[in-house]
Amino acid sequence: MNTWSWGYVGDILPDLLKGLGVTVEATVLGSLVSFALGLVWALALRSPSRWVTWPVGAVVEFVRNTPLLVQLFFLFFVLPSWGLTFSPLVTGVIGLGLHYSTYTAEVYRAGIDGVPAGQWEAAVALNLPRRRTWTAVILPQALRRVVPALGNYVIAMFKDTPMLAAITVGDMLFQANTIGATTFDYMEPITVVGALFIVISYPTSLLLRALERRLVR
Amino acid sequence: MSADTHLPKDAAPGGTELIRFDRVTKRFGAHTVLDALDFTVSAGKHVTLIGPSGSGKTTILRLLMTLLKPDEGTIKVGDAYLTHEEKGGRLIPAGEKHIREVRKNIGMVFQQFNLFPNMKVLRNITEAPVHVLGLGKDEAEERARGLLDLVGLTAHLDKYPTQLSGGQQQRVAIARALAMRPQVLLLDEVTSALDPELVAGVLDVLRDIARTTDITMLCVTHEMSFARDISDDVLMFDAGRVIESGPPEKIFTDPEHERTREFLGAVL
Ligand SMILES: Nc1ncnc2c1ncn2[C@@H]1O[C@H](COP(=O)(O)OP(=O)(O)OP(=O)(O)O)[C@@H](O)[C@H]1O
Ligand SMILES: [Mg+2]
Repeated sequence: MNTWSWGYVGDILPDLLKGLGVTVEATVLGSLVSFALGLVWALALRSPSRWVTWPVGAVVEFVRNTPLLVQLFFLFFVLPSWGLTFSPLVTGVIGLGLHYSTYTAEVYRAGIDGVPAGQWEAAVALNLPRRRTWTAVILPQALRRVVPALGNYVIAMFKDTPMLAAITVGDMLFQANTIGATTFDYMEPITVVGALFIVISYPTSLLLRALERRLVR
Repeated sequence: MSADTHLPKDAAPGGTELIRFDRVTKRFGAHTVLDALDFTVSAGKHVTLIGPSGSGKTTILRLLMTLLKPDEGTIKVGDAYLTHEEKGGRLIPAGEKHIREVRKNIGMVFQQFNLFPNMKVLRNITEAPVHVLGLGKDEAEERARGLLDLVGLTAHLDKYPTQLSGGQQQRVAIARALAMRPQVLLLDEVTSALDPELVAGVLDVLRDIARTTDITMLCVTHEMSFARDISDDVLMFDAGRVIESGPPEKIFTDPEHERTREFLGAVL
């Protein structure tokens, strides 16, 4: 039973903070991918054509109902054999973004459904083109409603980033693991990783709640 | 003033016909709301639809606004069918392009205002003139300012709809509809959602418009004194049919049908 050593914490902190940078980078990029892709899914699922909704619906359900870790392994080990090679971080961002896009699609759907029917009717009465109705009337109102829910998925994604360690992305957990493997002392690195997660995600969730109060008046 | 609103068979001499319902049937499931309905409205007339709740008044306005499609029959606005287009001498269901063209002639004000909450008052009014009619921004804003003046809201053009009272919002909605310069303005119980003290302001604006423009109005209202003031004709609906029509003096004081008498007895 070893005792907690602050000196050891001080030594490993720079490496862990470097890992934190990678974690944050993966979360930010993964979120952007999931925001964009989710919106594409949500709009495609409203297409009047079954030739669009059916395949898109199938892909979304498939991705949502298989584990992220399996998807990461697939992207990391199988894609290169098809000649598609990305760095571990890019692979991780694609995996996170794709996986979470199936949740954000659902968030957008709810946001779009939440726009009152009267808004569509007013757009028809004014003869606004369909495209303009979406971009000027429906989406601005829907997006405002979905910001808090999207934020919650950003936090969830942030907490899922340690899975990227499994595909050799140098995130916090990966760094902690590497340190532990050389010093045989895992307690400090892993504990600090946990603490860093809380230090980031808790204030972020408070911020989101404040934002929610402002947006949903 | 004579009844220029009739069943088609005795179509009016004089006033050009602007709206024609020809055997229009609308069902919701098994429930037939409009049953082979015929009626016409002449250009420039102000016509009020009255009738008990559920008699199909809103349905008629929504059919005209293309928010609903008829199950049978045809609707004509001016020379064009709203629901159909003529191709090679035959009537086929209208395509989106055709509908958009005919729909340009029609504007609507809703019970719940339906202003765009993400746009300020001025842009609520300029949005469609710019993006549908292709007006320049300056021209559209000039038009909007003129209309805001008409509805008495010039001071509020830089506010969001939620910063206005219901009555003010409804007046913006009226200005927004007029900005498209429609030939026909549809008004569906536009004061029903308002606090009582705000009703008069909206009705005054509409009286003004009825008096000073040649726009055709099709109006559903429970405000009988307003209906009496502005209407050239009143159509009494029951169970999806026009059971009686005529000038307001006649309908409100000496109705022919028992159902009309009962209905007016209940609302007046
Ligand atoms: N979208 C819909 N689906 C099913 N039934 C509907 C729908 N819209 C209207 N109805 C039914 O059609 C009938 C006529 O409705 P409509 O709204 O036209 O009546 P109205 O004359 O405007 O009544 P009110 O004075 O209450 O506004 C009613 O029985 C209503 O329940
Ligand atoms: Mg109604």
